[in-house]
Amino acid sequence: MAESLIVVGAGPAGTRAAERLVQAGLRPVVIDENERQGGQIYRRQPENFNRPPEKLYGTEAARARALHADFEALRPHIDYRPGTTVWGVAEEGLLAVRGSTVTTLPFSAIIIASGATDRIMPLPGWTIPGVYSLGASQIALKAQACTIGGAPVFMGTGPLLYLVAWQYMRAGVKPAAVLDTSSLATRLRGLRGMMSRARVVANGVHYMADLARAGVPLHAGITPLRVEGREDGVTGVAWQDARGRLRRTACDAVGTGYGLRAETQLADLLKCMFAFDPRFTQWRPQVDPDGRTSQPDVYLAGDGVLLRGADAAEAAGRLAACALLQDRRIAVAPDEIVGLRKSLSTLDRFAGGLAKAFPWPAHLAAALPDDTVVCRCENVTAGDIRHAATALDSPEINRAKALMRPGMGRCQGRMCGLAAAEVLAAARGVPVDKVGRIRSAAPLKPLPLDCRIAP
Amino acid sequence: MPALFRRVDETGRRPVRLIVDGHEIDALEGDTLLTALLTNGHRLRRNEFDGKPRAGFCLMGACQDCWLWTETGEELRACSTEVRDDMRIVTQEVPWLNP
Repeated sequence: MAESLIVVGAGPAGTRAAERLVQAGLRPVVIDENERQGGQIYRRQPENFNRPPEKLYGTEAARARALHADFEALRPHIDYRPGTTVWGVAEEGLLAVRGSTVTTLPFSAIIIASGATDRIMPLPGWTIPGVYSLGASQIALKAQACTIGGAPVFMGTGPLLYLVAWQYMRAGVKPAAVLDTSSLATRLRGLRGMMSRARVVANGVHYMADLARAGVPLHAGITPLRVEGREDGVTGVAWQDARGRLRRTACDAVGTGYGLRAETQLADLLKCMFAFDPRFTQWRPQVDPDGRTSQPDVYLAGDGVLLRGADAAEAAGRLAACALLQDRRIAVAPDEIVGLRKSLSTLDRFAGGLAKAFPWPAHLAAALPDDTVVCRCENVTAGDIRHAATALDSPEINRAKALMRPGMGRCQGRMCGLAAAEVLAAARGVPVDKVGRIRSAAPLKPLPLDCRIAP
Repeated sequence: MPALFRRVDETGRRPVRLIVDGHEIDALEGDTLLTALLTNGHRLRRNEFDGKPRAGFCLMGACQDCWLWTETGEELRACSTEVRDDMRIVTQEVPWLNP
C-alpha cells in the first residue's frame, strides 16, 4: 500500500518537513490554514502587494525568501491544500474543512507543525476595540500594510515587544511607549543562555537603542493595571512603574503579549501524552529529541510543541521528517541527524535564556480584579473562575470550565486558557500544573452549519 | 475620530466597494474584511454576552472574535476573508430562516 503522509502547517517547520519527505521520493499532503504558505512569522502579503521582503522581514529577509522559494519549488511534488483547517480526527483520518466543504484525509503518518499564538494575560479593558495581540499588531503591518493605531502602546514581555515597536516606528507610526513586565535584573538572568546567539541579542539591543533614540519611552519591571477607553476605542493605559508609582500613558491602541503559547489541540485529539513544561510554564506534548510523540506515526515540530522560534522550527521540521523516514526503514545519513540535533541544542539554549529573561508573569493573574473579563468569547470573569475554585470547589480547569464556562467559547481557551488556569491555581493555592489543562475537543475551530461532505 | 486602523503603505491597489449594514464602504483589493471595516470605522461586531463592540484580537484565525455575516446569513471570519466587489456584509447576526 502506498504511504499517505500528511504535514499539517506550512510555516518554517511544515515547509522543511515536507521538503525532506519529497527529497526521499515521497509525496506528502500539506495542509495550510492560510491561503498562502509561510506561517505567521514568514507570513506573505497578498499577491498584489509590492513591498520587498527586506521591508517585511527585516534581518530575516533572506530566510523568508528562501523558505518561500523552496516551497514554490516543492509545489509540483506535494498535494498542497491551502485555506484548509484541520478540525477533528476520525477513524478514517483527519477531518478538514475548506469553506463549507469537509474532507476526510486518511494517513499512515503525520507531522504536525501547527505553530503558536501569543500568550495572553487579560487586563481590565482588554476587550475594548483597539487592543490586539502583539502578533496581530505585526500581521496588520506585514500582511495588510496597516497599523493598529496612530500612537500605540506595546505592553507585555518578550523580544517581540521591541521588534514590533521598531517595525511600527520604521513604518512611520511612533509608539507611545513600550512597557515590559520583565525588569532589567530579570533580563540579565537570561543573558547567558541568550548569548548562544549573540547576533540575535545584538539585533534586540539595536531595536531598543533605536526606539530610545527616537524618544519612545521604554520601561522595565512594570505592572499593567488597565486599558482605558470608550466604545469607539482606546484612550490610554494605566500602569505601575518599577518603583510602584502610578502612571498613565495616552494612546489610541494597545498591542499585548507575553511570549508564545503552543497550538497543541491536534496532538491532543491524536492522544499524544502531555507533560507540564516548567521552562515555558505550559503543558505540551512529550516528544523525543527528534519529534517522536507517545503515539506511533505522529510527529511534532516547531513552535506547536517547543517554543524555540523560527530557525529552530526549520531544523525541527527537517528532523521530524528524518525520524519518520528512519521509522519506515528509509535510510537517513547519520550525519544529517547529528547536525540537526546539534543546531537545535544551540537554539534550545537560546530559547531557555529568553524564557528566563522575559518570564510569564503568572502573579498578575492572581491580582486581576474580580470583574476583569478573562474569557473574551463569553465574558467569563476572574471572579467567576474564583467562584468555581472556592464556592463550587473545582480542583482543576476542566471542572471549572464545566461549571463557569472559562474556555468554553468559540476559541476553546486559546486566548484565555493559560491565564484562567493561573487564576484557578492562585484561588486554590496550588501550583498551576496541579490544575491541569483544558482538554481539546472537535471541532477545533468553528464549522459552518451547512457544511457538505466531499465525495 | 479617525478609524481604528491606519494604512501606511500599499495604497495604490485597485479600489473595491462593498456594502456594510446597508452603507457603501471603500476598500482595496487584497484587504481582509477586517482591514476594510477597521480602516472605515471602529468595530466589527458586538459581543453576544454584553453587547459591547469588538474589533478582533489575534488576526490569525485563533481568537474567533471577528465573525461577520453576509446578508444571506453566511458566517465569515473577517481576519481571513478577502474582500470582493459588491460583498454585502452585516455586523449583526442574521436570524435563522426556515427553509
